Amino acid sequence: MSDGVSSMRVQHMMETAGTPAAESLPTVRRRQPGRWVAAAALCVLLAMLINTIFTNERFQWDVVFHWFTSDRIFAGLGRTIQLTVISMAIGIVLGLALAVMRLSRNALISGAAWAYIWLFRGTPVFVQLLFWGFISALYPRLSLGVPFGPEFASFSANDLISPFTAAILGLGLNEAAYMAEIVRAGILSVDRGQAEAAQALGMTRGLALRRIVLPQAMRVIVPPTGNQAIGMLKTTSLVAVLAYPELLYSAQLIYSANYQTIPLLITASLWYLLITSVLSIGQFFVERHFARGTTVLAGRDDRRRSLRGLAGLLPGRRR
Amino acid sequence: MAEPMVKAVQVHKSFGRVKVLNGIDLEVARREVLCIVGPSGSGKSTFLRCINHLEKIDAGQLVVDGDPVGYVRRGGKMHELGERAVAEQRKDIGMVFQRFNLFPHMTVLQNVMEAPVRVRKESRATVRDRAVELLGKVGLADRRDMYPAQLSGGQQQRVAIARALAMKPKLMLFDEPTSALDPELVGEVLDVMRSLAEEGMTMVVVTHEMGFAREVGDTVVFMDGGVVVESGAPSEVLSNPRHARTKSFLSKVL
Repeated sequence: MSDGVSSMRVQHMMETAGTPAAESLPTVRRRQPGRWVAAAALCVLLAMLINTIFTNERFQWDVVFHWFTSDRIFAGLGRTIQLTVISMAIGIVLGLALAVMRLSRNALISGAAWAYIWLFRGTPVFVQLLFWGFISALYPRLSLGVPFGPEFASFSANDLISPFTAAILGLGLNEAAYMAEIVRAGILSVDRGQAEAAQALGMTRGLALRRIVLPQAMRVIVPPTGNQAIGMLKTTSLVAVLAYPELLYSAQLIYSANYQTIPLLITASLWYLLITSVLSIGQFFVERHFARGTTVLAGRDDRRRSLRGLAGLLPGRRR
Repeated sequence: MAEPMVKAVQVHKSFGRVKVLNGIDLEVARREVLCIVGPSGSGKSTFLRCINHLEKIDAGQLVVDGDPVGYVRRGGKMHELGERAVAEQRKDIGMVFQRFNLFPHMTVLQNVMEAPVRVRKESRATVRDRAVELLGKVGLADRRDMYPAQLSGGQQQRVAIARALAMKPKLMLFDEPTSALDPELVGEVLDVMRSLAEEGMTMVVVTHEMGFAREVGDTVVFMDGGVVVESGAPSEVLSNPRHARTKSFLSKVL
């Protein structure tokens, strides 16, 4: 403050003296009164929130935490995580294949991938889950054999497609359509010269894709994929329509018996938040791995800078 | 007389309706350094890219070390080769690009080792020794663990040359290797190319560096409008051009 005044005085004196300000003058930061107003408003809102959380007895925190670590919620949580992991794995692998097909010069192959994406992205995943759940109404029997020829084996669709299988099919095949576009965007983001340089060294296109193009495309692919994984974690709650007891449906089963609806919804939400946080941290480390070579800083500085980025993920003061 | 390393006969190439190469005839002898000069759009880079089949030729013949590039002759027709066969041919033809095209996610050493290990399936230990030696040759032995983004343009281009040499090519193609460099970095890259020429490497160099062409080149080819306008010893072509187009081009760049 006093610095500001003195520096202004110095400048004033120099100007009146008619000589150019040759010496280096200190700078004064601009004041930000808006920030103080916003901070005060936020503090009031935060106080209100904390107040209601602790004083509104209908939250029933004792019930929330009683069920938080109960076996039934754990079982549901396990199924939710299992669904998320398997569906994302199917989505990523199939999405990668579809992306490569989409970029093929063969019009038939790229057209087939386009049609798949059009179908699975163009209908609600909820409807797709129902379709897989009711597949036996469309195809009562599924068989293995030569097309239009003899059959080797035949199964009842109801036996083969359990609610779990239907959930995996519905979520995984839908995810593949989105992942295909994400991977395609990543591949297109890599400079063409990279594939050319790889080919000039005698690499086949497959090897160039695997060793040169995809590792660079990952920088573009990972952030939206993290988004998708977090989205998938929550989308698994739709599987309740197939009567598959994942996290939300497990909570619903409990509150339909004891009528403690709100506490159990909070229990489920807290678990969703917790897993989402874990996924975000995982994403941070994956991103850091694929960012190697992208800065002019040496490796160690690179790492330190990234850790500061992790701190930015956590709630708290941001620069 | 020995068979030439590169032999082009009436090579034609179009991009859609635009004719880029209108019948290129050219030969590069073994151990020869051939420099291609000419105005932008004359087709010189396209021709160079045809030599390792990064671009497909539409008609004519392009033979490297006795084998037609990208094609096989069967019953009076040239049949296009499959991807693997083309990759096989490219192993022996090194290429250096205007924009370096180093792999940014790999260190300098990894860049140099990648192709010999993955494509030639050589043992890591052998390749590593050779890579270190090559990096020493281009003056970057101490930079082996850095990433390309941490190097200057001139250093990156020297790594790119080492990367190409690690495949032990019989022919090196240079596509305007110094055009993307700051003026003060051009010399270090040309020095590496000069010593490579002295070792007897067969080189085709598309360049705007007339000084380099004059000093290192055995032959200078002037291209314009998709044809070879004139070719000969650098002293001939650059000092006493016979064609009006060559004269007019040289008067602009010299």
